Amino acid sequence: MHNIPLLTLAGVTMTRDGRNILENIDLTVGAGEIVTLIGQNGAGKSTLAKVALGLLRPDRGTVTPKPDLRIGYQPQRLNIDRSLPLSVKRFLTLTQRASDSTLRDVLDQVGMADFFDDSVHNLSGGELQRVMLARALLRRPELLVLDEPTQNVDMAGAVELYKLIVRLRDTTGCGVLLVSHDLNVVMAQTTRVYCLNGHVCCSGRPADVSRDPEFQRLFGPAAVEMLAIYPHAHDHVHRPGEHHHHHDHAQHDDGHHHA
Amino acid sequence: MLEPFLIHALLAGCAVSLVAGPLGCVILWRRMAYFGDTLSHGALMGVALGLLLGVDVTLGVIATGVSTGLVLFLLQRQERVGSDALLGILAHGSLAVGLIAISFLTGVRVDLMGYLFGDILAVSTTDLAWIAGGGVVILAALATIWRPLIALTVHEDTAVAEGVASSRTRFIFILLIALTIALAMKLIGVLLITALLIIPAATARNFARSPETMAVGAMLVGVAAVIAGLAASLRWDTPAGPSVVAAAVAFFVASLAAGALRGTARI
Repeated sequence: MHNIPLLTLAGVTMTRDGRNILENIDLTVGAGEIVTLIGQNGAGKSTLAKVALGLLRPDRGTVTPKPDLRIGYQPQRLNIDRSLPLSVKRFLTLTQRASDSTLRDVLDQVGMADFFDDSVHNLSGGELQRVMLARALLRRPELLVLDEPTQNVDMAGAVELYKLIVRLRDTTGCGVLLVSHDLNVVMAQTTRVYCLNGHVCCSGRPADVSRDPEFQRLFGPAAVEMLAIYPHAHDHVHRPGEHHHHHDHAQHDDGHHHA
Repeated sequence: MLEPFLIHALLAGCAVSLVAGPLGCVILWRRMAYFGDTLSHGALMGVALGLLLGVDVTLGVIATGVSTGLVLFLLQRQERVGSDALLGILAHGSLAVGLIAISFLTGVRVDLMGYLFGDILAVSTTDLAWIAGGGVVILAALATIWRPLIALTVHEDTAVAEGVASSRTRFIFILLIALTIALAMKLIGVLLITALLIIPAATARNFARSPETMAVGAMLVGVAAVIAGLAASLRWDTPAGPSVVAAAVAFFVASLAAGALRGTARI
């Protein structure tokens, strides 16, 4: 029991207009883990992140955070109306006050120290993502929930941002729940990946998931190659003929068919 | 040298401007201009309600304003009809019902034009006391929800994830708009109230670098518009309420020009 989960979702189901957009989802995030949700558009990734945050209440199932869990949230995108004048400093302190030195410190962590007094309206997509991450960090989160943190960021920027997230995990020991479709850059450091298609169609370590037929069907051969190249420590032996998605760390949900 | 009625008008106009400035900014940021319109059009129904029930008209206006706000608040949770359409339905529906209801009031003589366009020059001492007292209450309440309200305006989900009470804050905000409309109706009328909320705020945007400076700027522009409008009304014998709105528009146009010259606001 060295790793009490920060957040546990059990049997989470969301129904909208008679359709299950999330179906019977079990998921845990522990301290120091990077848990990645992948899946195509409309697979329910963002919805699941919002359920995890407590922003949406599931129709069935439970969401159990560790008591007094401090969560930092970086939403998918931010459309601040241009009629609202807002500096980076003010943006960081919207829901909490902090000294200038603390603010400069979190901005420094995300490489945005020079933008302290800038208008948020003048930031590029990537810069705004970093500032949003700084706002999440200001809360000294035990759990970071990041919804597509690299949207509108070019490839080099995305790699940088993921490096930063891993570094933050390493230095603070926080857990990370990451929604992403950047299969290629995310996976190297991911503890566990959940492939979502309404329900969890497969989950486990990246390399194991990449060999899951369900994953291969959904994401195609290119994605499989990307995932499969990431090395992972084998703590088990593959026996010939063994069904790969039945090992202890990769589960597969056989009970569903997909549209 | 100033007649008492003019002093009343000035004080009442300035008091309403001080309240409308910051509220109008939030309305602008949240893109709720049409929402303000809907509440103010609904106010006419409140007038009819007050007269029919024999209670104070201001109370009737507050009651309808709050219930209109509540209905909108609840209707926005359904997704089949868009917000803008809902507002249109409620705005014109309540205006029509209000006009019909007033036409049924045979016993009392109703100054319809007064309610539609207001009569800032007819503000009594009692009115002034209401406006000043109400204004203080509204500003105090707004100050307590100011930070959460701005956090919600920037990004609702993040603010809620960070512990902001969304429904309560937004409901209080709607309540404050309804109260402001009830206070301002006598001065400026239901058709022009939104102007007093929106135009000073939009004018201040061209100079403001933070939400707070914009709110204070909107207060000052509103006060200036009241003074300029009343002066013009006195000088050229123009209708007072519309003159105030026209002055505000003139300030807005000037601020646009000034902003363009300075290369627009950088924040």
